[in-house]
Amino acid sequence: MSPDRRQFLGWGAAAAVTAAGAALAPGLRLIELAQARSPEEAASALQRWGLLIDITKCTDCDVCVTACSKENGWTGHGRPETDPQWIRKVSLRDKRTGYAQTLPLMCQHCEHPPCVDVCPTGASFRRDDGIVLVDKHTCIGCRYCVMACPYGARSFVHETVSGQKSDVPRGKGTVESCTLCVHRVDRGETPACVEACNRDGGKAMVFGDLNDPSAEIHRRLRAEPSTQVRADLALNTGVRYRGL
Amino acid sequence: MTRIAAGIFAALLAVAGSADTSPRQAQRVPLPVIRIEQGEACVAPVEEMRRNHMAMLLDQRDRTVREGIRTTRFSLKNCVECHASRKTGSVLGKDGFCSSCHTYAAVSMDCFECHTPLRQSRTASAPR
Repeated sequence: MSPDRRQFLGWGAAAAVTAAGAALAPGLRLIELAQARSPEEAASALQRWGLLIDITKCTDCDVCVTACSKENGWTGHGRPETDPQWIRKVSLRDKRTGYAQTLPLMCQHCEHPPCVDVCPTGASFRRDDGIVLVDKHTCIGCRYCVMACPYGARSFVHETVSGQKSDVPRGKGTVESCTLCVHRVDRGETPACVEACNRDGGKAMVFGDLNDPSAEIHRRLRAEPSTQVRADLALNTGVRYRGL
Repeated sequence: MTRIAAGIFAALLAVAGSADTSPRQAQRVPLPVIRIEQGEACVAPVEEMRRNHMAMLLDQRDRTVREGIRTTRFSLKNCVECHASRKTGSVLGKDGFCSSCHTYAAVSMDCFECHTPLRQSRTASAPR
């Protein structure tokens, strides 16, 4: 497949940004790398938030899931078929060798998200900094995105919700998924799962800006092998795994 | 005959008119309870807030959700922080700041289907 004109121009722009971001001289840049934004500032495409999950360090715990549930105020009702699930632990086992692995799976914050492609109202959208969200004000609860997501990351709120967190509005009849703790990221903090994993878990998760050459996640992705889940779909996920 | 009927009708109208303006009748109309819980002034003059608060919230909502702009001035969270009742900690309920007017004007609001109506910061007099 040869690149079309749009794609070619995109590469040119990306190259220009990289060159400018890379530095004119040490400490001097044409385009300043984005730092923690002020509240008045809109999310920009200079950043791309992502996660690196090192499965070799992922232990058999579920602190990430518990932390997510606590931070975002979602709870189950003992009905696994319909309960909301923003993040879950998946266990893999090689049938031949018996080698077992466990990993957290959540919205992969794709660059080309299928959930956004199928949304009939534009409620499912990708923010400029790469976070894929649902605008629940325009979500009609049709659940096309739930079907379209290859990671099964989206869930539908079947029950009336009360006692929501002020930063995380949730309501019956809308679709929801991992927001990469967008309210925390906008304050300059890391997502709840990452914080919990680094405090109580196996220190397996790194959060950061994939575009920032000085960020730990950028360095590690450059130095270590990593994989995307279902890389064959070419969605360019923001969540990467190591040791999968 | 028609003249008598017209006279009776006029008399009835007069009675009805005087009844409307009587203080006893006025008290029967359930007026909204507007209790300002906190602060001297809102983010805009009262008249403007009464007319346009929904437009302000609508603009802010799109800026916050779509662009990640989280200024507090017109945010729903900021409304609730000031206007939630000291007693219940909520803007809903019988005399709640939002629900009281919205019930009076018979305008339904969907904000609190998803957003919490409760104040988040704890104060000495409020339960939350």
